[in-house]
Amino acid sequence: MTTATSGRTRLSGVVGTAHTRVEGRDKVTGAARYAGEIPFADLAHGWLVLSTVARGRVRAVETDPVLAMPGVLAVLHHGNAPRLVTDYAGLMGMTPDPTAAVFQQDRVPHVGWPVALVVAETPEQAREAAEALVVAYDEEPHDTELTADHPDAHPAGGVMPAETGKGDLAAGLAASAAVVDAEYTTPEEHHSMMEPHAATALWDGGRLEVVDSNQGTTWIQGELASMFSLDASAVRVRSEHIGGGFGSKGLRAHQVAAVMAATELQRPVRVVMTRRQMFSLAGYRSPTTQRVRLGSDPDGRLLALEHRSLSRTSSVYEFVEPSAGVARVMYDADAHYTANHVVPLDVPSPTFMRAPGEAPGSFAIESALDELAERLGVDPVELRLRNEPEVGPVSGLPFSTRNLDACFREGARRFGWAGRDPRPGVRRDGRWLLGTGTAAASFHSGAGPSTATVTAQADGTFTVRISAADIGTGARTALTLVAADALEVAPDRVRVRIGDSDFGPAMIAGGSMGTRSWAWAVTEAAGELRERLALGVTVPPEGITVRSDTTAALGTLAQKERHSFGAQFAEVAVDTATGEVRVRRMLGIFAAGRIVNPLTARNQLVGGMVWGISMALHEEAVRDRTSGGLYAPDLAGYHVATNADVGDVQADWVDDLDPDDPVGIKGVGEIGVVGAAAAVANAVRHATGVRHRHLPIRPDRVLSAASAGGGAADA
Amino acid sequence: MAPAPSSTSSAVTLNINGEKHQLTVDHRTTLLDALRERLDLTGTKKGCDQGQCGACTVLVDGRRAVSCLNLAVAAEGREITTIEGMAEGDRLHPVQQAFLDLDGYQCGYCTPGQICSAIAVIEEHAAGWPSAATDDVRPEAGPPPLTPDEIRERMSGNLCRCGAYVSIVQAVTRAAEAHEAAAQNEDAPVESVKEAAA
Amino acid sequence: MREFGYQRADDVSGAVALLAADPDARFLGGGTNLVDLMKTGVERPARLVDVRELPLDTIEETADGGLRVGATVTNSDLAAHPGVRRRYPALTQAVLAGASGQLRNMATVGGNLLQRTRCGYFTDLSRPCNKRAPGSGCSAVTGEHHNHAILGATDHCVATHPSDMGVALAAFDAVVGYETLDGPGELPLADFYLPVGDTPHRETALPPGALITGVTLPPAPVAARSRYRKVRERASYAFAIGSVAAALDIEDGVVREARLALGAVASRPWRAHAAEAVLTGAPADGDTFAAAADAELAAVRPLPDNGYKVTLMRNLAVAVLTELAEEAAR
Repeated sequence: MTTATSGRTRLSGVVGTAHTRVEGRDKVTGAARYAGEIPFADLAHGWLVLSTVARGRVRAVETDPVLAMPGVLAVLHHGNAPRLVTDYAGLMGMTPDPTAAVFQQDRVPHVGWPVALVVAETPEQAREAAEALVVAYDEEPHDTELTADHPDAHPAGGVMPAETGKGDLAAGLAASAAVVDAEYTTPEEHHSMMEPHAATALWDGGRLEVVDSNQGTTWIQGELASMFSLDASAVRVRSEHIGGGFGSKGLRAHQVAAVMAATELQRPVRVVMTRRQMFSLAGYRSPTTQRVRLGSDPDGRLLALEHRSLSRTSSVYEFVEPSAGVARVMYDADAHYTANHVVPLDVPSPTFMRAPGEAPGSFAIESALDELAERLGVDPVELRLRNEPEVGPVSGLPFSTRNLDACFREGARRFGWAGRDPRPGVRRDGRWLLGTGTAAASFHSGAGPSTATVTAQADGTFTVRISAADIGTGARTALTLVAADALEVAPDRVRVRIGDSDFGPAMIAGGSMGTRSWAWAVTEAAGELRERLALGVTVPPEGITVRSDTTAALGTLAQKERHSFGAQFAEVAVDTATGEVRVRRMLGIFAAGRIVNPLTARNQLVGGMVWGISMALHEEAVRDRTSGGLYAPDLAGYHVATNADVGDVQADWVDDLDPDDPVGIKGVGEIGVVGAAAAVANAVRHATGVRHRHLPIRPDRVLSAASAGGGAADA
Repeated sequence: MAPAPSSTSSAVTLNINGEKHQLTVDHRTTLLDALRERLDLTGTKKGCDQGQCGACTVLVDGRRAVSCLNLAVAAEGREITTIEGMAEGDRLHPVQQAFLDLDGYQCGYCTPGQICSAIAVIEEHAAGWPSAATDDVRPEAGPPPLTPDEIRERMSGNLCRCGAYVSIVQAVTRAAEAHEAAAQNEDAPVESVKEAAA
Repeated sequence: MREFGYQRADDVSGAVALLAADPDARFLGGGTNLVDLMKTGVERPARLVDVRELPLDTIEETADGGLRVGATVTNSDLAAHPGVRRRYPALTQAVLAGASGQLRNMATVGGNLLQRTRCGYFTDLSRPCNKRAPGSGCSAVTGEHHNHAILGATDHCVATHPSDMGVALAAFDAVVGYETLDGPGELPLADFYLPVGDTPHRETALPPGALITGVTLPPAPVAARSRYRKVRERASYAFAIGSVAAALDIEDGVVREARLALGAVASRPWRAHAAEAVLTGAPADGDTFAAAADAELAAVRPLPDNGYKVTLMRNLAVAVLTELAEEAAR
C-alpha cells in the first residue's frame, strides 16, 4: 500500500491518516472488473424492451418475427414469464417495487415500464431484435404532472412520520417581527452514476449465481431468494467493484430479468441497462414543491416554522421524498409544523437518491432562512448560530454531538466571511457580478446490523470478510485501516474482501451508514481475534477465524439525535446579460464524526458539494406532458456538472467524535450535498439581487429575472 | 435497382496496445464492444454508449477518441491504445500514478477514460493546441499555460459523477509538471509521459 | 441497429460511385453523429461508405489569403491550424467550443456541416417529428422547446442546427465544395441549408449522392479580429442555447466592415445580414451594436418557453461586438 502521508506504524494507529485506495492500482490500470466485465463461457445477452405508452395494457407481444431473427434465443414477457413472489417484506420491511418484479402483469403504469426481455447470442443481435419487437398497447389517458393542489395528494411517511406539529402556528407568525412565506421547487433528478446497472445470472451446481453491481449483496440475495422462492443459501450475489450507486443500485429489473432468462435457457445471461433505459428503470429523485413559512423575533430567533413538501411517486409503489424532515433536526420554534405529502402519478417509481429529503429540503429551508436574514438585517451565519437547538426540536432527545456552531465559525474564518457587504449586486469582476452565500447541512447518522469474520492466517496476515459494498466511498480501504488498528498490525498485513453475499448479512452501502456499520462489526471481530492471539496460540494452517454480529450491540444504543452536520459557503459569478452562473469557490466544514481516511473522505465530501453545484445549476429531467415520458433522457439532455463547472471546492472538518461508536464514525456519504444548492442559490441572490426559488438556476431563468425586474425581481 | 447483397461482417486486424488481434466483427460492433466483449480488454468502460460521457476514451493513432462511436471495422489499420497499454510492466504511467496518489477518482468507472484523456491532454497542450479556455487563440499569443481552468476545460469531455474533478485536476497538474520537467531536462531520471502511442 | 454493409472508399470518385449503388447507403466520416443516430434507430442505413481515408485531410492557405479545408480534416486539426487561428480566430474558437476533445479528434468538417439537430423529439422514435417522419407532426411546438428556434422556424419544425463551427463559417462566407457522379459542384454556405418550410426533413441543397469534399474560406481581412462566444447550460460539453460569431473592422471609430452570425436560434447557422447593414458605416458604439442586434431580431417568432433567447441573443451580440471594439481600441 502506498501511503500519502508519513508511514506511521500501527502503534499510533492508522485510522485518521491518509491512505490511497487499496484497489487503486486496479482502478487506474483498468484491471478492476465491474459487473458486466466478468467473462463467462456460453454467455447470452439480454436486452430489455420498455413501454412507449404512459398508461394502459399490453395487448400483444409479437414474438414470432423476432424469434426468427439471427441469434435470438428467447423473448420473455408477461405472457410467458415465470410467476414471482412479490408480497414479502424486503428492505426496511417494504414489499419490492413492482418495476423490478418484471413481466408479472399486462398493466403499463408509466413510459419505460419493462414489457419484455429479448435474449440473443450477441449484444448486437439482442439489441436489434429488441428494437424490432412489436408490442401493441391499449392506451389510456395518463397524468404525470405534479401540481401543488393535486386531489390525490396525501400524507405519507416512508422512513419517518408523515407529519409533526406543536404550538400555534398562526399566533407564532402573527407575533413575529419578520415573516417569510415562500414556495420552492426542485425538479426530477437522476442518479446518473457512470456505470450502468449490469447483472449476469447463471445456475452453477444447483446454486443461483448473480454477478451484479449493487449496494448490498446480501440485500439483493434476500430479494432474489424471496422472489424466486429459493432458500437464501441457494443464491449467491457478488458485487466487487461498483461504478457508483447513490441509492439507485438496489433491486432492479435487470437482475430479475437475468435470473428469469438464465433459468429459462439454463445458461449464463447478462442484462445491462442502456443509459436511456436507466432514466426510467433506475429510480430517480422526485420533483418537489415545498412551502416554507418562517417567523422570528427581531433578533432572528424563530417563533414559528412550517415546512410542507409535496413529492410524487408511481402508481405501483409508494416512495416519499421526505424533504420536510430537515427542520425536525435543524431548527426549533414554539410553533413547529412539518409535513411530507405524496401524489401517485403515471410515472416511474422514484427512490433514494443521495441525501433523500435533505438535499431538496435543505434547498428550501436554507433559502428561506437566507430570506429571513436579509429581511431582518441579520448576518446569515449569525442567524443560524442564534437558532441552534439544545435538543432535537421534535424528538426532545439530546444530540450525540452537533458542533454545527464550530463548523460555521471555522468555515466563516477560512472562507473570509467577515466583513461581507450584505448588499446585493455590488461586487463586480468584468462582466461578472459576484456574490457569496451560506447554508447549513445535516444528515442522519446510523448503523445497521452487520456480521464480519476476521481470520488470522498462519503466515501472519489477516483476512477480513464482510459483505460490504465499495461504491466509490473508499470503504474497502477504510475497513482495512479499521481492522489494522483493531488488530494492532500494519495495514499491509490486512486483506479486506467484500461484495460477496457468502460473507454473511451486513448493512448496505446506503444512508451514509455503510462504513460505520461495517467498521463496528470488523472492530468487534478483530478485537476478539487480537485478544485470542495475545494468549500466545499458534495459528493452525486453516487459520483462526472470529465472527462478529453487531445486532445485539446496536440494540443497546441509547436513543439520541445522531447526525452529521456542516456549514456550506459558496462564491458565485453571474453574468446577467447571458444568464451564466459559475461557482468560483466553495468551502464546506463538517462535523461528521471520526474521519477514518482523510484522503478519501475529503474527496467524498467534495463530491457531494459538486452534486450540490450540479443540482443548483444543471440537473433537471424534463417530462413531456403529451407522452408522459422524458425529453432527451441521456447524458446530453440531462446535464450533470462537468469538470469546467467546478471551481475551487474544498472540504474539511472539525473534531467530532461520537462517543457511542466503537470507532467514532458518523458518515460522510451524503452530508456534502446537503445545503450546497442553497448556498449557491443564496450566493446568486447576493450577486444579483434575484432570489431563485426554482432549481436549476438555468440561464433562461437568470435572464428572465434580470430583464423582468432589472435585478430586483425574484425568480 | 436492388442493391447488391453486401456482407454484414468483416475479418479485421486490430492493432491494440502494440498487439495485433485478428477477428471477425459484425459491422455493428463498436470498437468499445470489440474491446470489451471480444478481446477481454474491459478496462475501457461503457458509460453511455452515445459519446456523451467519455468513459470509453482510448487513444487512436495517439489521439484521444471515444470508442463507443468508432466502429470496430473502421478501426482497422489504426493504432489503438487502451488503459491496459499505459503502464510499463509494473511501473505505472505518471498520469496513472498521479491519479492513484492524489485520489483522482472514487468509484473508478470513469477513471480509465479520464487517464487516457489526461495523457492526450498533456500531449495536446505540449503541441500548442489552444482550448475554449484560452483567451487569445492566435498563434502569436503563444501556447497557453496549463492552468487549472485550462485543465478543467480540456478534461470536460470526461464526466465523473462521483464529482472527483478537484483531485482529477490536481493529478493532471502533477503529471503535466513532471512531463514538462522531463522535457526540459533530458538528463533527469524522471520517466517522461509516454509518447501517446504516436 | 440493423445489419449493414461496410466499405472503405479509396478515392473520391469511388466513394461517390459506391454510394450511388445503394440508395440506403450513407457516408461515414468521424461517426460522432451518424453512429449515435444508428444506435437510437433514427438512421438505419443498409451500407456505410467510409470516407475517412480519402485524401481530403489537408488545410491549404490560398494565395489570396483564404483557406481551403478538406472535408475529412478533423475539428481538432482545423482548430489548431496556425492559419485558421491567425486569419479566422473565431473559427478556432467556435470549433473549440463544440463537443469535447475526444469528439473533436473524430469529427470531420464535412460531417459537422451535415450533423442533425439535437431536438429530443427527433431522437425519440415513439414521438411525432416532421424532420424524422415527415407528416407525423412536431412535438416541440406544444412540448419542450426552451432551446428551440426563434428565427426562420415554421409550425412544421422548430429545431435548431447544433453546429458551432458552422456559425463561424457562415460569418466568413464559406463555400462548400462537393463531388457527384456528374462532377464537382459548389454551394455557398448561405445557400447550403434549405429553408424549413413544410419540408424540415430536407435539410441541405446538396444534390442526392453528393460527397462534401471541402470548404473554402474566401479571404476576409476583417476576420483577423473576430470572436465566437457560446452560452450553454453548463460550462462545457453541451450544445449552445445561443452563440455569436462576429468580426469587426473599425477605422476612426467607424465600422468599415462587420460580420455577424448567430447560432442555436434557427435550423441553420444564421447569418445576420440585417445587423451587418446597420453596423456598416456606423459609429462603433453601444447604440449601434444594440440597433444592429434589434434589426436582426425584428424577425423573431419565439415560442412560449424560448422568448428568453431574444434577450440572450441581443445581449450576446452587443457584448461580443463591444469586446471587439474595445480590442480594436487597444
